[in-house]
Amino acid sequence: MTSASPSLTPMPAASGEPSALAEITQETLALTRRLFVQLARRPSTLVAGVLQPLIWLVLFGALFANAPEGLLPGGISYGRFLGAGVIVFTAFSAALNAGLPVMFDREFGFLNRLLVAPLRSRSSIVFASVLYITSLSLVQSLAIMGTAALLGYGWPGGAGLLLVLVTLLLLVFAVTALSLGLAFALPGHIELIAVIFVANLPLLFASTALAPISFMPPWLGWLAALNPLTFAIEPIRAAYAGSFHLTDVVLVAPYGSLTALTCLAILAGLAAGLFLLIRPMLDRKLT
Amino acid sequence: MIELEHLSKRFGGRKVAPVQALDDLSLSVPAGSLYGLLGPNGAGKTTALRILCTLLAPDAGQVRVAGVDALAEPRAVRRLLGYVAQEVAIDKILTGRELLHLQAALHHMGAVDRLERTAELIELLAMGDWIDRRCGSYSGGMRRRLDLAAGLLHRPRVLVLDEPTVGLDIESRATIWQVLRQLRDQGTTVLLSSHYLEEVDALADRLAIIDGGRVIAEGTPAALKGALGGDRVTLRVREFSDEQEASRVRDLLQACRGVRQVVVNRAQGYSLNLVVEDSGVVETLRQQLAEAQLPVFALAQSRPSLDDVYLQATGRTLSDAELSVAGRRDLKEERKQSMR
Repeated sequence: MTSASPSLTPMPAASGEPSALAEITQETLALTRRLFVQLARRPSTLVAGVLQPLIWLVLFGALFANAPEGLLPGGISYGRFLGAGVIVFTAFSAALNAGLPVMFDREFGFLNRLLVAPLRSRSSIVFASVLYITSLSLVQSLAIMGTAALLGYGWPGGAGLLLVLVTLLLLVFAVTALSLGLAFALPGHIELIAVIFVANLPLLFASTALAPISFMPPWLGWLAALNPLTFAIEPIRAAYAGSFHLTDVVLVAPYGSLTALTCLAILAGLAAGLFLLIRPMLDRKLT
Repeated sequence: MIELEHLSKRFGGRKVAPVQALDDLSLSVPAGSLYGLLGPNGAGKTTALRILCTLLAPDAGQVRVAGVDALAEPRAVRRLLGYVAQEVAIDKILTGRELLHLQAALHHMGAVDRLERTAELIELLAMGDWIDRRCGSYSGGMRRRLDLAAGLLHRPRVLVLDEPTVGLDIESRATIWQVLRQLRDQGTTVLLSSHYLEEVDALADRLAIIDGGRVIAEGTPAALKGALGGDRVTLRVREFSDEQEASRVRDLLQACRGVRQVVVNRAQGYSLNLVVEDSGVVETLRQQLAEAQLPVFALAQSRPSLDDVYLQATGRTLSDAELSVAGRRDLKEERKQSMR
């Protein structure tokens, strides 16, 4: 113990507010930093997160290695077809799990620390998760793309790479928002894990990650054509196919043909909608 | 500084009988005071503090901190308040210093200020030896001190602590008590809840006794005890007396001037509990007993305690109240409410 220090005197009333943007940035970066420190000290998530999709790519890609040529639209090999699916599915899984740390913060009372702090915007909690998951997905995606290139499945060009990044960002934002919403709405981590478990694989199978719509019966084709994962997979697949334009048709759905731009617009709309949906949950405190 | 007016809050209701956690609770904490909320577990202390700290909305009532309406302007109130919750909220993976830096950013402190404040608090709470170790390795006392430091980091005008010393080692408890007194002396308003009588008695300038979600007594510890009046005397004529002898002594004592009340306590070997008007009466008692040729095995005299205040107001002791309340609480529902 020490003698009294003058520092304990109460702070005088704050004069003039700093800009909202500066404060939100400060909050968001501090919360993101915490997630990265946790990752650095518990790297198993990252290791598993990189290894798993690589195993998918190698094993699943080999599964149809001897399929007749010309089976897939455009005559591409199955490994090449699969790459886009694995990238999207990996990012999707990571984002779907984004709510878990928040749920544990709720359960251990750490979230209260954030909620009694005068955060300029509680959306900072969402932004921090999005930043973290997006960075993680990028690392995973680059690992997948590198491996795919080594396996001879190709590499998207400069513009293609940009398209991959934008698509992933939109998907990650949407799914992270959804997962955080669940983390606030569900009673505990058991329920959250159950929902993640139930949602994860069916969404994969009911998308164009593993097979094109033309392979599916009509009912599944409809499901796949409405699945948000499909809207992320097809632009990335187009980026892999070589030269492309945003206005090229990338998805022939039962209800019509969609261009890459339309797919991105749908993802952006979904991200914005889910974000607006969960915002009230963060602020419901005093209502 | 803190005004709680007519707060009501009810929990549960769907599957279980609803629990009225707060029932028209009103409280006014003067600026610069160290104020205690005393009550058994389940009396509504935590609920009141959570509402004050904008973590919970009341069903009815008003909350003001330094004139600011907490329900209308929660963010302004959050800036004025430091809150140290009952359940210590730390991140096991971070070190104590990292946690304080995170807290500083959540309060939008600048880099220089952050470093200065962190260093000051590490010294004040004697955390230097372990602040750079991960929080997961801390003992209960270390966690609690770190939590207190986090609550103080932004120099709040009001510090709110929920049961700050439950289960602490003596050293940590002494440290926290000293810091709280120091804060009060330097102008911070401190509001703490406790179900330890002696803690509130030793620390608080004023206190409110809460029971069943309402304030049942309020004032300075001295005034509350003084209002009861008289001294408490416990008398045993021998180690184990019998009923006959006890009632004989009782009759004798009741005849004495200045003795207000005599109760035979069978559970403690027929000892006698008396309320006497002033200390002088005890000497008279001794003389009377000597004249009646009765021995005195033990005679203890004490000023009224806060437990006597509680007893007077509710007809039961604080520890009895905790037992009876324990069965009525729906801890699952409360946990749900606290998981925001």
